[in-house]
This record gives sequence, C-alpha cells and structure tokens, in this order.
Amino acid sequence: MEKLLIIAIGAIFISNFVFSRFLGICPYIGVSKSLDSAIGMGMAVIFVMTLASTVTWLINTYFLQPTESNLFYILFAEKIDLSYLRTIAFILVIASLVQFVEMVIQKVSPTLYSSLGIYLPLITTNCAILGVAILNFDNIDRPYNFIESIVHGFTAGIGFTLALVLMAGIREKLEMAPVPRPLQGIPIAFIMAGLMAIAFLGFSGLSID
Amino acid sequence: MSLFNEFSKGLYEKNPVFRLALGLCPTLAVSNSIENAIGMGLAATFVLVCSNVIVSMMRKAVPNKIRIPIYIVVIATFVTIVDLVLEATRYELHKSLGLFIPLIVVNCIILGRAEAFAGKNGVVRSFVDGLGMGIGFTLALLVLGFVRELLGDGKLIGISILGEAFKPVLLLILPPGAFLTLGIFLGLFNWIDIKRSK
Repeated sequence: MEKLLIIAIGAIFISNFVFSRFLGICPYIGVSKSLDSAIGMGMAVIFVMTLASTVTWLINTYFLQPTESNLFYILFAEKIDLSYLRTIAFILVIASLVQFVEMVIQKVSPTLYSSLGIYLPLITTNCAILGVAILNFDNIDRPYNFIESIVHGFTAGIGFTLALVLMAGIREKLEMAPVPRPLQGIPIAFIMAGLMAIAFLGFSGLSID
Repeated sequence: MSLFNEFSKGLYEKNPVFRLALGLCPTLAVSNSIENAIGMGLAATFVLVCSNVIVSMMRKAVPNKIRIPIYIVVIATFVTIVDLVLEATRYELHKSLGLFIPLIVVNCIILGRAEAFAGKNGVVRSFVDGLGMGIGFTLALLVLGFVRELLGDGKLIGISILGEAFKPVLLLILPPGAFLTLGIFLGLFNWIDIKRSK
C-alpha cells in the first residue's frame, strides 16, 4: 500500500509527465486552449493510460520476456526472448486499443462519445501513453508488478490532466492579457509552462522513501 | 519544386521544431547538452529518411484505410534498429537518451512526413525531404542544446568555455529551462517573421 502511494505521488507531482518528463507536450499545447476540452482530453488520457498500462504489462510478461510465466515457455518448454519486439508490439497494441475503445464507447454511450470521441484518435500519437507503458518496465529502480503498473498508469494520467487543466485555466485568462505580438499563441504557452515547471520543481524536494 | 528546395525547406522555412512546432517532446527533453542533441537528431534523421523511402516505395500498394498502422509498423521497425545499434555501440548515449529512443516512434515529425509527403511523392524526393527535415530537426536541437549547455553549465561538449568567473544558470539545464528557452526561440522566429513582412 505504501509503495503504491509513493508511486502515485511520484507520478502526479515529483516526476509529473508534462513538467519533468516532457511527455505529451503536443496535446498539452494543442488542447489547452479551453477548460472544457482540457477536461475532456484529460479524462480520455487517464482512461487510455490505465488500460494501456494493464494490457502492455500482460503482453510484455506473458509473451515478450523470457521468463517462467511466458506462454511460449509453458507451451513449448523453451525460453524465447522476444523483448526486442517491445516497441513495435506496444505501439500496435496501443493503436488498436484506442481504436477499440473508440468503437465501444460509440456503441455503448453516445453521450460520452460526443464529449471524448474527438480526443481519442489524437491519443494514439501521444507519447505519454507509450511512455508510461515503457516506464513501467524501464524505470530507475525495478520493473513494476501488475498492480503497481496500473496505479502508475492511472496516476500518471491524473498528473497529465492536472497540468493540462491548470494550463487551460491560465490560458483562458491570458486571452485578455496584453501579450507582445511575437509571443502570442504557442511561445507564451511555453514560457508559462516553464514558470509552472519551476513551481513543480519544488516538489522534487519531497523525500518519500 | 526543385530537389534542392525540397531539401532546404526543412532547414528554415518549414523547420519542424521552430516553424511547425512538431516533435516537441524529444526537443525539450534531450536539448540539455550538445552531445544528446546530436545523438537524438541523427537517430531521428536516420529513422525519418528510411521510413520516408520505404513508405514512398509502398505508396501504390498500401490500401488507403489502413495506411497509418502500416506507416507505424515501418517506423517502429527502424526505431528498433536504431535502439539496438545504439545500445551496442554507444552505450552511454543510449543511457542518457533513455526513454526517448523508443519514443521516436510517436515523434509526430516522422509520421507527419510519411503521411503528408512520402505517401504521395516519389522515392528520390521523399529521401531528400526526409534528409532535409531530419537535418532541420537536428539543427533546432543543436541551437537549443548550445544555449542551454553554454548558459546552464558554462561548457560546450564538456569543455569549459566561459571560465571560472561565470556563474552557471542552473535553471536552464533543469526541465523549466527547456520550456523557457523554446518559448523564447519560438517568439524570436515569430518576431523575425513580423519584421520581414513589414
């Protein structure tokens, strides 16, 4: 339980996906123009990240890594190391997962689809999703287990949403502000993100071990 | 458009980072030193050129509906090659680029060029376009890496330049510095545009 809390606080604040890992910058700048779309995108990212963490963990453990629990080992009693296929396998799984989720939501809940639908295709090329799937295995100390991966995916999504919603709130106010012409639009968004990243840098002083 | 224009448009006029604002995640993450910038730039250029050539060769055989998954598989294949080669030959660089090597797959510059250019144009043109865009990306990383390493550490490629008296602006090496530097550069390019159009 304590470990899970450490992972959660780490993913939301200390190594926030946007401000300290630089993942998902394109949607962060692109979708943060209004608060409504920021919340919609955030929800979609949390959902897909949790799902992607779950599925990629299962794929990596039962198909790619040469361990005792690998399905090929159980079937053929021979260790086959497919871990070099990880990048290709993960991106394909994520792309088809997003497509699948989109179809399911469209069938099951048209209202949810009308609010999340337009953000789902954008998510395939969101590097935060592939990033969280890879980080579940390649993080500094050790690969996460199943539950830890799900928690990491979910909280990383929350961290991303937090950054996105904060930014959208500021950018809505910024519409009224007299910004110099060359800095209008994306440049000022980056400078704002820099200032917010300085604030988030404060969390790196948190010692949670 | 002549072949040379096809090449040179990626350098300034349609620079993927400063003009099109694409591929920003790796730009921010690995521009903290010149060495990382060159490594990342060359890796991405290799993937971009190879995927452009392959996509362009396949463009008549690929059904329109499933073109994106096919492009992604092509790109992911070359990224895996780069990943394994770097790990075997440049281990230190591979370690410091870390997560961002597999993430070349989702770099929007590469999929963007496959979709917008290589899927519609011939092999030679696609090759030249990929090379130009890749070098443009590398140049953008270099410019950011130069500023951040020089001011943030007082060094270039590990050699002290500004001397002992210079107090490094540590912030520029840290994550916020990436956002601030890129924001200021984007503003600078906009400013040049506005000046020119007057």
